[in-house]
Formats: sequence, structure tokens, C-alpha cells
Amino acid sequence: MLDQSYYTKADEIMDQYGRKPASLIPIMQEIQGAYRYLPGELLSYVADRIGVTEAKAFSVATFYENFSFDAKGKYVIKVCDGTACHVRKSMPVLEALYAKLGLSKTKKTTDDMMFTVETVSCLGACGLAPTMMVNEDVYPCMTPEKAAAVIDQLRGGAGIDPE
Amino acid sequence: MIHLTIDGIPVEVEKGTTILQAAKQIGVKIPTLCYLENVLPDGSCRLCVVEVTNNGRTKFDTACTLRCSEGDEVQTMSEKVVKYRKETLDLLLSDHRVHCFSCEANGDCKLQDYCFEYGVEKTSFPGEMNNAPIDDTNKFFTYDPSLCILCHRCVNTCKEIVGRGAIDTMNRGFQSVIGAHYKNTWNEGICESCGNCVQACPTGALTMKRRKKYRPYQIDKKVLTTCPHCATGCQYYVLVKDGKVVDTEAYNGPSNKGLLCVKGRSGSFDFAQSPERIKYPLIKNHETGEFERATWDEALDLVASKFMEIKKQYGPDSLAGFACSRSPNEDIYMVQKMVRTCFGTNNTDNCARVCHSASVAGLYMTLGSGAMTNPIEDITKNADVIMLVGSNPEEAHPVVGMQIRQAVKRGCKLIVVDPRDIGLAKKADIHLKLKPGTNVAFANGIMHVIIEEGLQDDKFIAERTEGYDKIKEIVKDYTPEKVAEICHIDPDDLRKAAIMYAKADRAPIIYCLGVTEHSTGTEGVMSMSNMAMLVGKLGRPGCGVNPLRGQNNVQGACDMGASPTDFPGYQKVTAPGVVEKFEKAWGVPLNHNVGTHATDVFPKAITKEIRGLYIYGEDPVVTDPDTSHIIKALKSLDFFVLQELFMTETAQYADVILPGVSYLEKEGTFTNTERRVQRVRKAITVPGEMRLDTDIIIDLMNRMGYPQPHLTSAEIMDEIASVTPSFGGISHARLDSEEVGGKGLQWPCPTKDHPGTPIMHVGKFSRGLGWFYPAEYVPSAELPDEEYPIILMTGRILYHYTTRAMTGKTPELMEIEGHSFIEMNIVDAEKLGIKNGDRVRVSSRRGSIESTARVGTKTSPGESWMPFHFPDGNANWLTNAALDKYARIPEYKVCAIKIEKA
Repeated sequence: MLDQSYYTKADEIMDQYGRKPASLIPIMQEIQGAYRYLPGELLSYVADRIGVTEAKAFSVATFYENFSFDAKGKYVIKVCDGTACHVRKSMPVLEALYAKLGLSKTKKTTDDMMFTVETVSCLGACGLAPTMMVNEDVYPCMTPEKAAAVIDQLRGGAGIDPE
Repeated sequence: MIHLTIDGIPVEVEKGTTILQAAKQIGVKIPTLCYLENVLPDGSCRLCVVEVTNNGRTKFDTACTLRCSEGDEVQTMSEKVVKYRKETLDLLLSDHRVHCFSCEANGDCKLQDYCFEYGVEKTSFPGEMNNAPIDDTNKFFTYDPSLCILCHRCVNTCKEIVGRGAIDTMNRGFQSVIGAHYKNTWNEGICESCGNCVQACPTGALTMKRRKKYRPYQIDKKVLTTCPHCATGCQYYVLVKDGKVVDTEAYNGPSNKGLLCVKGRSGSFDFAQSPERIKYPLIKNHETGEFERATWDEALDLVASKFMEIKKQYGPDSLAGFACSRSPNEDIYMVQKMVRTCFGTNNTDNCARVCHSASVAGLYMTLGSGAMTNPIEDITKNADVIMLVGSNPEEAHPVVGMQIRQAVKRGCKLIVVDPRDIGLAKKADIHLKLKPGTNVAFANGIMHVIIEEGLQDDKFIAERTEGYDKIKEIVKDYTPEKVAEICHIDPDDLRKAAIMYAKADRAPIIYCLGVTEHSTGTEGVMSMSNMAMLVGKLGRPGCGVNPLRGQNNVQGACDMGASPTDFPGYQKVTAPGVVEKFEKAWGVPLNHNVGTHATDVFPKAITKEIRGLYIYGEDPVVTDPDTSHIIKALKSLDFFVLQELFMTETAQYADVILPGVSYLEKEGTFTNTERRVQRVRKAITVPGEMRLDTDIIIDLMNRMGYPQPHLTSAEIMDEIASVTPSFGGISHARLDSEEVGGKGLQWPCPTKDHPGTPIMHVGKFSRGLGWFYPAEYVPSAELPDEEYPIILMTGRILYHYTTRAMTGKTPELMEIEGHSFIEMNIVDAEKLGIKNGDRVRVSSRRGSIESTARVGTKTSPGESWMPFHFPDGNANWLTNAALDKYARIPEYKVCAIKIEKA
């Protein structure tokens, strides 16, 4: 059971976009923006109030890679594995991050809820390959060492503002 | 009109027709996997691709989506088309686990059939397959993604036909699966387990769990019959293997349109084959208090002699006999015939007394016929506005509920008048969440607004009704503001509802027990007909006054004369010549006095006015109000006989129990809520000494001195037709004929060439002129006070059926919903310190039970609601036996209670 504050927040967001089926995606984006993930119970609550079925809401949410039902870390790291990044060795970067944080393809978020590591198909910055993003910031020309250093930096508190 | 050729055959079709429909018209078969009739095409399986040449250009397109154009030359089986289809099947197989040997759908799989037909043995694209886990969280069926070809027939069935939208496609591309919820478990969502998706699935992806017990080709026979639960009258086949029913299969009947609900599909045969069936006659040993096995001769001799003894000593009116509203018409007819000819009394009744007797009495008084005026198909397909009063069809009449949801989807407006936030309230344009027991005030308010706005149908009123001036005078006082205060609703909503209803061209009133089960139930019913007459919405399509009857054959039980006031076909005991007519037909003198209503029989048992009681298939200890009073009454009887399938609560008090058989073991007819007489057919014989119910009755009649020849069910129906004008044209032979062909016959059907009457009161009311009953609002008999501050309502839930004698024998239904609960408002709960899920003690002046609280806003503050199904806290220990003055129906829907933390 989620805290009541989540529902209050969802109500605010629904009022902002209008309680209608067409507002589903912007409402989901806004909720994910607020909590870095989309709590399933909250989406059920929203669906009921904007007049779409629960199944439809989850169908839409699961269609887009961007929506996640799992809580994510404070820093969401997206390692690009598009063609350009892949041939310029993005996989070792990913492996380095996995090793450094004790993560894997199935365990994507650290237990302290600080880091989430995901892959994406293209960040549209192929000239800077291999590329990764931490929240909204782009990190160009990565190497395994540089990636590990980014983690240290973020852990040291000198990191970027997650907002 | 558009002209084209399909495989060289010329066809003429209307504009907008698809190639697939055009092909069907001339009998050309095009293979489909995803296509669903009457729903916008999905076009996803690509199997129906055809080759179309027009103006020298050739293209390939899906026949289900492509509309015919002038001059199209369509080829459905050209070499290229066949190659295309093979390729499609090959691709489908590449992500379909082929294990036909052990697959439950083997022999009943369209993919298998088409692969066989097109010679596709295996995929030429082996590789990775969708490996999402099997979801078997639903109690009745499983979903196996590895067999799913993503045709979306299940999704479209649920969304467009069932109108629930419980499932959809989850994820994307190769990962796509069908799911109900973000946890990807079927049972977490809003699925009602109706299984219509399973029937729609062309492969084994969605499979009933009971399919593990049989192969489709091992079925010995399929028997078409009528569902034994609510009065929708759904038609289905029961599938028999080795003398047992193993499954059901929906049939496209006139009222169910190929749909079934969870009870019909999955709760309609376990009970008949239950080991708990009573297998031989039982006589109670009064010294030990135990039942002892008896022979049929012993039991029948005892019953006949005891009843005749009581009759001799205390007179015929000291006996009474109730018929079973779940049994076929033929059985009911024989019960009332036995009571009238052998007992010599009109003390016969059926359980409509406690559900819709107010409809029968009320609509008879105002319109001349106490039944649903229009067919289900008509009021859900042709309506512009539906006014739903005191009815929760999504749970109580689920297949009607599905058709109302379809209507709303098509744009029909919906006004819900109900004290609870029922599922349909959410889909309603207006929800009047009125206080229980204020229906008459609400209806008078609606009429006030209609007259004030000048929206009444003056011509209809002048030509076809009487009593208008009086009702006009009465409703003058019922201003929206005054009504709003009585009903706890918004006056503007009332105005809007009145105007919406009055202005609609076609608007039926559909109502149920929320209207009837009150101490003013009959007046509530007559208020419904008042509203309809005021705006002339009777006797034409998409309109009418439509009580949804509760039980499979409760309409029939009333039609067959299981009533203290009526002989079969509503021929009144008091009407001149009626008793004489039946004396002549049955050859014995009959009692001229109106009999005692069932609800009055129990008090009379306590005062010893009634001494002998015969009950066929009722369980009043569970179903009737004020349980302790009923038990006291049964204990007071000198002799009590029960004809039953199970050792029910009521059975404990019987002196003799005579085991009959279920609907699966006999021939007969049920009459559904829309007056449609449909066949019940024998499918199985259950081992034991149980006997056909009509044979039991006939043997008893002979032992009591009435020379009743043994008749088959069909012969009994012929006798019914001979004495009942409205059934004059009905016979088993005709119901089985090609002419009627699985569609049944709607009474009145007076002659053998009469097609039946779908819509009543066309041009003229059965009564002649329709009568506006001058109804004034009278509050419920027991109102909340300081000691008992909360109103209790009772009702049915989706997964069970009254006493659960039948649905309780299906374990999965008990797992979904198996215990008593009480819905209460959060405001009351907080005051009482009760949280959702807490155990609570619920008490009224008559009794006290424990239950579990469901706290929310479904009921209004000061109101609560309980189902009456569960013995671990049955609401009827609390309910009030206050009776309506016309129909003697009890006030189940309002009594005063208090709730405390247990």
C-alpha cells in the first residue's frame, strides 16, 4: 500500500491535465517524473479516475520502454548500445558499471537506491560514442575507467543534481 | 449496390460490405484467426488475405478489413494467395510452441486446422520464442503465452462484446503478451472469469483448466439446454463424456448472443454431480432425531397418508405446498395441480413471493400483465436511454449486464437509480444514489418534472390510459427539492434524469429487486409503469417496463399458477368461471377461496392454522427474512415434506425428504425473464435412487386418491397448453422444430401458428386501458433510530446464486468469494473505529451475526449492504419480515441495524 501522499500527488496531476482518457500519457510522465518510476497501484488509481480500464493503462505503460514499474535509483545511468556505441566498445563500459555497482542484466538498481543502470538503443549522439547519460546529463567518449570514476564522483557527493 | 466477383461468382452487396462478408454471403469460406463477428476487424492475423484485381491493378489485402469496390475481381484461393497464407502460418508457428500431443486444445485449434489444411508441418524459422511464464492465477483458466498468436480475439471479446476491458496487450513487439495487470497476473485485475475470452481463443493459449480432463473429440454428446441460474435464459451445450458433464459451450441463443457468465459457464454442472446429492428417500426417526433411509413406497405412503390425515382432521386449508422456481414449468404445473386437486386448497406459491411478486401484482394491476414487456435484445440494442432502477445486472444478471455495457459503448445514455455505486453507476450519465426505500418519491419527482416541462405524451395518455388526473394532482407536491430531501439526491440531477428519459425516443425502464423488495414494493412497481405511461414509452420497440426476474424459471413458476390467487396463465381464482373451468379440466371439485401467500404460511404455521407443508426445492431457512421466525414456524408444523437435491438448512427440519433430480437429468422448459419458453434437455443420469420430480408428484397424487396418469414432460406441456390460453401454441415438439429452432417462444402464444409475442401491449394494454396508480411515498417499515442507526440492504454477488446450493458446489467460486461481508461507508466506519477487513458484529431487533467489514464509499453514510449467500453470517437473521400489502413481499432492502467491532 502506497502512502496517502502519492494519491494526493496523483490527484493534483490529474487535475492539472484533466480527468480524461487522453491525458493518460502526460499524467504517467508526470508521475514518473515525480517518483522516478510509475507505482503500479497508482496507475490503477489513475486509470479508474480518468475512465480507462486498468488493462489499457498498463498496456500503454508497458509499450513504452521509458515507463518503469520498478523504483529506480537516484541516478539513472543509460548506457548507449546503439550500433556506433557498440562498435566503439560500449559493452565494456556497461560491464565496468555492473562490476563496480554489483549489478547485472536482471538486477538493475543498487540496494541503497542510488544507482540504476540500463541500456538504450541510441541516444542520438553517435559522434560522441560510446556515450552514456546520467539522468539528464550526457557523458561522451566513455571508457570503463571513466565510467568507474563517474560513480566515485557521484558517490562523493560532488555529483550532478538529480533533478 | 456494389457489384464484384469472388472466385468468378458475381455478388451484389451494399456499400461498406467487406470482402469477407461478401464471401460469406455466397458461401465462399475464407480462413480467419483474428476475425470476430460484429466487432471492428483487428486485421492482425493476415490469414484472410485475398488477391483483388480492379482496373488492371492487383493487390493483396485482408478480406476482413477491405471494403468491396465496384468491379473488384477477388480470388480467395489463387496460387499466390495460398503461398501467402502458408508463409503466414509458417511465421505464426515460429513463435508458437508446437506440442499438439499434450496440448489441451488438440483437435479444437484453428491454427492446427489451418496448418493441416495448408500443409504446414513445422516452421522454417526456428529460433528464439516468447518464453513468458504461464499465468494460471485465474481459478478457471490458464494463459500460456508460448501458444498465443496475438490475434487479440480475447482482448476484443472482453472489451467490445463483454464490455469489461479486463485484458489487453502488454509490452511490445516480440515480448508482447496478453495481460490484465502490471503484475502480469490475471487474478489481480478486474476479470470476472466469465471465460468468453477462452471460448474465443483459436489456439490453446487460453484454456479452461477442466480441459485437462477430456479431449474435444472424446465428447460423447453435446446437449443444448438452458442455464439454471438467473432468468436471462442463456443457452449452452453441456458436453458429456462417460455419462458426466465435463464442460459447457455457449450457444448463440436469443437472449445471450453466444455469451455466458462465470456461473453459467463454470458453476452449472458440478452441483448436479456432487457427492452431496441425496441419493434415496429419508424419513426422520423422531426418537433419535436422525434421518433414516427408506424405500420409495414407505416414503410416499407416509407422505400421502399423513397429508390426507391432516386434511381430514383440520380441513384442506391446513395444508400448503410450494413449487420450485428453479425447476421446469412441467414440474411446477404438477405441484400446483397436486395442491389444488389432492390437498384441496389454493395454498400454493413459489419463491417469486420473496423477489418479484410485487412486479407480478403491480404490473397486472396497471397494465394487465405482470411480466417484462420487451425482449432483452430490444431494450439493449434499440434504446437511446436506459433507465436502470434498483438493479445491478452486472452481478445479478451478468449477461444482460454485458449487453447494457455494449449499449453504453454504442452511445446509449444510462441513468442509474441505485443506493450503491454499482459497477454501471460509473458508466452512467446520471447516477441518482437515492436512499433505500424512496422509489415512489423518486418516480413521483420524475413525473413532476416531466409534467412541469410539458414533456408528457398527451395523446397516449388520452387514448390508452386512465387515472391521469389523479396522479397529476398527487405528483404536484413532489417538487424536485422535496424529492431531493426525501431521497438524498441532487434536485438538478433529478430534473436532468427526467428530461433525458422523457425526451428520448426509445427508453426502457429496467428494474429489479431494489424496486420490489419493500413494504411498498407493489407501489414502487406501479410507479415504474406510471413513468413509462406518462411519456408513452410502452408497446413499442426499445421501451417498456422491464423487471429482470431473479431465477431461471421464476417467470414460469408464476405463469404455471404456483400462486394462491392464480391458476396457470394468471387465471384468477376469484374470476367468474375460472374455478369451474379447472374443475372440468381436472375432473374434481376445487376450492373457491384464495389461498395463503408463502410469506403468510410461516406465521400461520406458528398459530397452527397451517399444519402440513410440502416444499419442492426451496430453502426458506436461508432465503426468507427473519430466520429465527422461519425455524420456529417449521418446527411448529405437524408434518413437513421436502423434495430436494441436497441436505439444505431447511431439510434439517423435514419429516420426509424425497430426492428429485437436477435440470441436467430431465426434460422440460424454463421461461426466462422476457417470457421466452426454452427447452431444458436431459444430458446425464446420476447414479442413485433419485426419481424424476414429476413422477414423485404423480405417484403422490395417485396415493392421495387423484387418478393422475403418468405423463412425460412433453405430455404435461400439452396439458398446460390445453388449459392456459397464453401457452396454447407451445409444445415441446414445436420448441424442438426447425420453425422455432433454438429461439424459444415468447408468450402470449395462443395458437400453434402464432409466432409468440416479443413486445407486449402494442396498440392496447392487456388490461384495456393502462391505469395510473395513485402512489404516495410511504417510508420503510423499520427506519434507523438511536439504537439501530444504520440501514441494511441485501443482494446478490456475481459469483453466487441465492443459497449457494448450486454455486457452492463449485470450489473455485467459493475460493473467489466464500465468506460473508458487509459493505459500509467510511464515515460510519471511522466513527465506530472499524477498519477495512475488521470482523464486526451486526445486529438488528431480530438477530445478530458476525461478518467482515468492507469499508469504502460504495454505500452512502448511514447505509450498508450484505450478500445473503453465506451461512457464516447470513443477512436474513437480521432482515425484517414486514410485508407489502398487495404482494406480501418482504422488505429485504431496508432494515435497521447496528454494527460493532467484534
